[in-house]
Amino acid sequence: MFYSLGKYILLLRLSFRRPEKFSVYWAEVMREMVSIGIGSLGIIAIISLFIGAATTIQVAFQLSSPLVPLSIAGKIARDSTILEFSPTISALVLAGRVGSSIASQIGTMRVTEQIDALEIMGVNAPGYLISPKIIASMTMVPLLVITSITLGITGGYIACLVSGDISPDDYIAGVRDGFDGLTVQVALVKAIVFGFLISSICAYQGFYTSGGALEVGQSSTKGVVYSCVMILFADLVITRIML
Amino acid sequence: MIEVKNIHKTFGENDVLNGISAAFKKGKNNLIIGGSGSGKTTLLKCIVGLHEPTKGNVFFDSQNFTDMSFEQRVPIRTHIGMLFQNSALFDSMTVEENIMFPLNLFTKQTHAEKLERANFCLERVNLAGKNALYPAELSGGMKKRVGIARAISMQPKYLFVDEPNSGLDPKTSILIDDLINDLTEEYQMTTVIVTHDMNSVMGIGDHIIFLHNGEKWWEGSNKEIAKTDNQELNDFVFASKFMQAAKAKL
Repeated sequence: MFYSLGKYILLLRLSFRRPEKFSVYWAEVMREMVSIGIGSLGIIAIISLFIGAATTIQVAFQLSSPLVPLSIAGKIARDSTILEFSPTISALVLAGRVGSSIASQIGTMRVTEQIDALEIMGVNAPGYLISPKIIASMTMVPLLVITSITLGITGGYIACLVSGDISPDDYIAGVRDGFDGLTVQVALVKAIVFGFLISSICAYQGFYTSGGALEVGQSSTKGVVYSCVMILFADLVITRIML
Repeated sequence: MIEVKNIHKTFGENDVLNGISAAFKKGKNNLIIGGSGSGKTTLLKCIVGLHEPTKGNVFFDSQNFTDMSFEQRVPIRTHIGMLFQNSALFDSMTVEENIMFPLNLFTKQTHAEKLERANFCLERVNLAGKNALYPAELSGGMKKRVGIARAISMQPKYLFVDEPNSGLDPKTSILIDDLINDLTEEYQMTTVIVTHDMNSVMGIGDHIIFLHNGEKWWEGSNKEIAKTDNQELNDFVFASKFMQAAKAKL
């Protein structure tokens, strides 16, 4: 375990060595941003809308007491979405979508000697392949989380309109009640950390792939599993520190 | 000229290379031949720095490449072109982008100049007009030729070729061999080719070293190879019935 951790840290150090040519790396960062950000927008929109709607209905169901105002459901749904559902569930989904893609892409490059070709040319392969992915991921995951929060709360509103469990006015009142900006800060910190973990862990698994197609698949699976575990661990640590 | 001195390479407890020394000459096709597992590709990877030798040194024009750091190696690496066994073209890039890739990173040329160079290299390997194709759209022989075009895009002093004929039909193999031979003469490169293709050995083997069990067993040219009395080399070179028949006619 310590051996792998050491290798991971050394790979990160190599990844952030001075680029051979900044413009080439910048183009890669932009390409990765489109791939990670725009490419994941659809899945993030779908899960956010449904989770927001389901959360609101479930909270309304649990608060079915005449003593509790129904607007509380909107408040609970809002805070749950901002603090936990949007950053963590989005990150877990992104680990599957983006992480597996990173690990399999780099792993395939390794087993087909494309990484060797980069090194022969004098290119710092970890820097060229990994740093743009980490930078793009740390930039785009927070933006996706903000989108997810917006759509999650919208999903809750749609659920109110469709189910009638809470009136939309009560829901909106709850969403606007006692908003604390710290929750968004926590969500963004989580998103940045999760973005780093997904890209770096999956890139590490891909970079040290050896063998053939079978091993590329195994690296991809390992990357996703380790990312998910580390996301949940980091979620706990950040929540404990910041709240 | 490239020199290797007393190269050893060990993986775990497995000694793959045992004290290999050789000099690879400028403007010549230097072939490394040997059976499977003899250490040919490992030696090639030690020379280009993809593997670090356990012991020994590699010299590029008297500069000790083995002792250099990553940064110190970059100027030498920009003079190295390599064709890999499976071509190792970048899947996400077109043919043109593959060839322009090293130019983008290591030159200050304008886009027009880089494009001109890419087109020249493609013409040189008889693939003019194939700029926009992706590697997945190319045949095995075309991939090899694009690999060569990418390798020569920076006008290298040293060309390394790993199994250039693997997976190719005999006609395409000869075409690739001739192309490598012509480019070696034209650019006066030090070309090192790993192969076990006897057509290549007999056709373009200006200087050959034969590896057996990680050791250098024989060194000479294609003209000398038929007359050798080295049993291991004879067994290797004349393993096929075609080669045995050819030897009988000599």
